[in-house]
Amino acid sequence: MTTTPQTRPGGTLTTAEAMVRAEGVRKNFGRLEVLKGIDLTVTSGQVCCLLGPSGSGKSTFLRCINHLEKIDGGRLTVSGVPVGYRQRDGRLHELREREVAEHRRSIGMVFQRFNLFPHLTALENVTEAPVRVARRQRAQVREEAMELLDRVGLADRAHHHPAQLSGGQQQRVAIARALAMKPRLMLFDEPTSALDPELVGDVLDVMRSLAEDGMTMVVVTHEIGFAREVADTAVFMDDGIVVEAGSPRDVLTRPQHKRTRAFLSKVL
Amino acid sequence: MTTASVTAGTSRADAPPPDEPRIVPVRHWGRWIAALVALLAVGGLIGSLARNANLHWDIVGDYLFEGLIFDGLATTLWLTAAAMALGLVLGTLLAVLRLSHNPVLYGLSTLFVWVFRGTPLLVQIIFWGYAAALYKKVLIGIPFTHITFISGDTNSLLTPSVAALLALGLNEAAYASEIVRAGIQSVDAGQTEAAHSLGMRPALTMRRIVLPQAMRVIIPPMGNETINMLKMTALVSVIAAHDLMSNIQDVYAQNYQVIPMLVVASIWYLSLVSLLSLPQAWLERRYGRGQSAGGTSPLARLFSAGVLPRKAANAQAGPSKTVKDPA
Repeated sequence: MTTTPQTRPGGTLTTAEAMVRAEGVRKNFGRLEVLKGIDLTVTSGQVCCLLGPSGSGKSTFLRCINHLEKIDGGRLTVSGVPVGYRQRDGRLHELREREVAEHRRSIGMVFQRFNLFPHLTALENVTEAPVRVARRQRAQVREEAMELLDRVGLADRAHHHPAQLSGGQQQRVAIARALAMKPRLMLFDEPTSALDPELVGDVLDVMRSLAEDGMTMVVVTHEIGFAREVADTAVFMDDGIVVEAGSPRDVLTRPQHKRTRAFLSKVL
Repeated sequence: MTTASVTAGTSRADAPPPDEPRIVPVRHWGRWIAALVALLAVGGLIGSLARNANLHWDIVGDYLFEGLIFDGLATTLWLTAAAMALGLVLGTLLAVLRLSHNPVLYGLSTLFVWVFRGTPLLVQIIFWGYAAALYKKVLIGIPFTHITFISGDTNSLLTPSVAALLALGLNEAAYASEIVRAGIQSVDAGQTEAAHSLGMRPALTMRRIVLPQAMRVIIPPMGNETINMLKMTALVSVIAAHDLMSNIQDVYAQNYQVIPMLVVASIWYLSLVSLLSLPQAWLERRYGRGQSAGGTSPLARLFSAGVLPRKAANAQAGPSKTVKDPA
């Protein structure tokens, strides 16, 4: 599946450059085949929403993109570079941990359960990686971190520990933490699934504004409304394969496949 | 408005309106009787000890601040500190090895823990004390080459103090490694994933993210280990390492005042153990940051147990009540 260049609400014309390209990606957990050959392209500057029932492999595929899971077959590249491997002499050489770490710096990830560092304050959560990984000046990083916290509406909570924040606030700090590394690509793994319903809106607002700024995003979500409104591509997955992909209008309102229709009738 | 609500609250507490029934708390008579019986029994025991002439309080007083005792105390203290430091560093290393994917390193770490946890500490201490009977000379270098770093006579290298330190430290490492391992495994896997997704390498993730959180689980048992260590140093008296217990034994070997000298030892061990409990509480609070509020003090527990009068508890509940109903 390939997507054509199109204008974004932000007004920038995206190039046809592929940020994420998956070709026949397979993944097993022991005997269980979780991904049975995923083909997917996410163009730079686009928002791609992965939908589907639980157990369909959406989260696993997302985790493959920043090598939290190793793929067992197929090709997966981010900005043209194979994830977790180096191509040399026609072979794929597995990368060392620190080389993988290097790759991950440009990919931000937001988790369902936030995974903020509980022993650090909100501000320290955001500054940790730029200071320790990118080795940048602490003062400058702090200033930028405060701007990021302000952007997600939490500048006044900068010195709170995660336990003192609500779920929605924690998730917004987690987004700020990922953005602090200035990623080219943001991965969201069901970012609102662990939140109380009234807190979901704040997190989605932050994600919407990110999309408007032209950030490339892959979002695993059950928020059909968000997908319809913000996504450039909606991808419906079931049982380890991509069942249907296309513009959200087509996939969500005029699904071609029975499985997509069955799923949508349950969640809508 | 605030003053009005406060006065309203207090007046209500003093004299409830006639239509509201007064709350009568349960009287725990059984607790009072049990407390009285226990106090009588302990008081009797202390009284009989205090009046027992065989205890020779005068001798206890004479030796409590004796120079030889202080020398022993100093040895006991540095031995405790050094053995714990050795145990913690080596223990953390063993824990990391045990969690590594390298089967050889995992196996060696497991073997170490098996041997040093599986034999009595007293046996290990005597082993190190008599190491010269096993190896006359010590030679540390690279096997199958002529490169050596340390070489010398076992007896001159392994003095009783060094032997004591090695015995206590290596034994402690085996226990500490299990404590550290449990601490590391208690940290949610999501923390490692979050750190990795930010581009942090495994070593940095361990140092900055996992270990600080593991500390919350590691510190309470390590505090106990330190207290245990202080007391276990008494065992090294069997190889005459000049710790507190060795010197106490030297004294009563000469003056035959075994009981008063043991009282001197007990007083010192008790005081040191009490002192050690203070930093433990402080460390637990420090690494508990970001978690729930700290535990209650023993005094607060006395109040809540209903042993002490309830007035104090009422005084605390009073103001918050008035805030709740400002009408």
